[in-house]
Amino acid sequence: MSDTNLKKQSLPNKIKPDETGEAPVIQVGHSPHLSNESFTTRRMMIDVLIALLPVVGMSVYIFQLYAVKQMVICLVACLAAEAAFIKMRNKSFSLSDCSAAVTGIILGLSLPATAPWYVGVIASVVAIGIGKVIFGGLGMNLFNPAMVGRAFVMIAFAGLMAASGYESLHTGIDAITQATPLNAFKQMGISTSIKDLFFGLTNGSPGETSALACLVGGIYLCIRRTASWEIPAGIIAIVLIMGGLADLMGSASDWTVLHHLFSGSLLFGAFFIATDPVSSPLTAKGKFIFGAGIGFFIMILRFFSGYPEGVMFAVLLMNALTPLLNRWTIPAAMGE
Amino acid sequence: MALKLEQFEGNGTFHRGVHPPERKHFSADAPIEVIPTPKEVIIPLQQHIGAPSKPLVKPKQEVAYGDLIGDNEAFISAKLHSPIFGVVQKMAVTTLPNGRHVPAIRIKAKGRQFTDEENYRELMGGRWSKSVVGYDPDEVTRAINDAGIVGLGGAAFPTHVKIGPGKKPVDTLLVNGCECEPYLTADDRLMRDIPDTVISGSLLSRFAMGIRDIIIGIEENKPQAIASIRKAAAGTDIKIAILKTKYPQGSEKHLIKAVLNRVVPMGGLPADVGVAVSNVTTMTAVARAVIRSMPLTHRVVCVTGAGIVQPKNLLVPLGISYRELIKFCGGLTKDAARILSGGPMMGFSFSDLDMPLTKGTGGVTVLTHDDIKKEKETACLRCGRCVDVCPMNLVPARLAVASKHQDLTMAEKYKIRGCVECGCCAYVCPASLPLVQHIRVGKALIMASKTNK
Repeated sequence: MSDTNLKKQSLPNKIKPDETGEAPVIQVGHSPHLSNESFTTRRMMIDVLIALLPVVGMSVYIFQLYAVKQMVICLVACLAAEAAFIKMRNKSFSLSDCSAAVTGIILGLSLPATAPWYVGVIASVVAIGIGKVIFGGLGMNLFNPAMVGRAFVMIAFAGLMAASGYESLHTGIDAITQATPLNAFKQMGISTSIKDLFFGLTNGSPGETSALACLVGGIYLCIRRTASWEIPAGIIAIVLIMGGLADLMGSASDWTVLHHLFSGSLLFGAFFIATDPVSSPLTAKGKFIFGAGIGFFIMILRFFSGYPEGVMFAVLLMNALTPLLNRWTIPAAMGE
Repeated sequence: MALKLEQFEGNGTFHRGVHPPERKHFSADAPIEVIPTPKEVIIPLQQHIGAPSKPLVKPKQEVAYGDLIGDNEAFISAKLHSPIFGVVQKMAVTTLPNGRHVPAIRIKAKGRQFTDEENYRELMGGRWSKSVVGYDPDEVTRAINDAGIVGLGGAAFPTHVKIGPGKKPVDTLLVNGCECEPYLTADDRLMRDIPDTVISGSLLSRFAMGIRDIIIGIEENKPQAIASIRKAAAGTDIKIAILKTKYPQGSEKHLIKAVLNRVVPMGGLPADVGVAVSNVTTMTAVARAVIRSMPLTHRVVCVTGAGIVQPKNLLVPLGISYRELIKFCGGLTKDAARILSGGPMMGFSFSDLDMPLTKGTGGVTVLTHDDIKKEKETACLRCGRCVDVCPMNLVPARLAVASKHQDLTMAEKYKIRGCVECGCCAYVCPASLPLVQHIRVGKALIMASKTNK
């Protein structure tokens, strides 16, 4: 741009085009004028999908086509439900934020691999519709959408979702044609080896069996700070404390605190479900209390309820307390 | 002799904050140049915090370089001086980049002006004594008032008020050389090019306040400035605190925390914890006013960014138009997109290049289309990133919601007045929400509701 273009004789508020006919277009906006582009909503959701890779890999290795089928059904149903509801509300298309994809994969990983196709579809529609859209869409929901969907089918199709739902698999691995470790223990007092629980060579929902895969993906999420480490830390701390106390009191000789930690959907829930930012508190302190509350309810449900597992209900219970936790944990401002 | 950081109460940094790209390379290596005297200057009557100045000149009146043209009748206000030889024009109203409309004195250049060399020699060159012998503290304060000096770091609070006798005992003068805003290099260049002036002004200010300690705080990303200030401070008892590079280290509350480990109470001033904070540029103006009896007519400004053809650090007369500054730096590039008075984190964007430069502006940043954010605003995910970075330990997401819904009770409950508008929250927000803008609106609503009562 040559000097003459900036002289006063040109239009006072505009910059005259230079020889090539191109002039800089000046815009105004509010501060700050820079933003951290490496961390966006979309990137957060993609992080979750990346972190789910080891879990997905492990579930496909163990449950083979069953797991693939269930995930594809939930993924497609969630995306379709999201698209349909967006259209109904005349909103702009928002599949690109990948949040529906995350809900779909998590739902697919948390339903029994052998559940019929309509269970996955109904769970997906409820997850997106009642779990999310009814509250006003992404960011407005009170409860974790995937858990809302799962809770619905768990109660609506109790037979398909209960212990028997996990026992009719035909894969190459023997261990997983039996009852889930938590069911086997709850009903028959049979304990499973820690090694099998850790690597995931047991029955269960596809995503939850391998503690190792959940830890790998979960730690990645925490390092990326897409998931807040305070939440899984709170859950694991309380499970260790309560499970440890139970051990000391000798209430369950074969089912130790490590069984509690590595079995069921505890680690999957701690790293992938409870860490949903929308339905968890804002402050570090609130997040830790939220995690601790989930850990507490999981142990209470596991010890005293009729259900072998308590992660889902614990998360939903604490989701309901999130607004309250936000109000209780307003941090002290600097200089206050 | 400069001391190591271990000898301070603070740990050299503060909690939370962000690390935006520094981008100081555009202008960091350009020594301070003098801009030729412009044909016209516009001196707004309100360039500072406090009451506006009262004009002392009439149209067609001839004024000389350094003549008093605006007086301060109120205590918290500042005097104005002509930066050129010229003739006063009809009173005008000008708009400043922050959106305020203020009356202004226009002066058209007439007759011989100082050459660039003369300006440089008078304002920055020569020897600067480090002795305060022969001065009287009141005389120094009076000279600062007479020179119309205000805080040149941006806040533009009248310096004679800060340095003069206050109700609260102050023990430390903290000189702010952090310059934590990305891009800007004016303070850095000043410390590198004329460190003696900075030291001289600091010693005089301390003398006027009658206190013991002077500490100059500089971020560690300015090693040359640190070395240069260290050399100039040799033989004095001035301490130098090298601080971790983090935004907003230059915020006075965070500087006090980092160096002295003292916390300014909410709604309070540095004086509440016995500290006076002043910018390095202000210190050079003090030295000039006291030693050479020169009023504040010029300042160093950094014109920088990828949208400027040739980024520079300039010594410019106050009241010069942004157009002249940009023109002197080769103009705008084709992809220039946003012109800011100040840096990219807290600066104001504007489009009228004929606005005048005021006392508190130390930088003009021109960003390109690539620099400014393009991400569309999406829903708040309540991820808490804004909480993780807020240097005031607030909950910006809740403040923004409260402001947006005009829920002033909730805004006050979440301590909206604690917000310093540094922009960390909006910088990191994954949903690209205009958090600071919402909070500003909320603050304005609260102010309005209070005045109505």
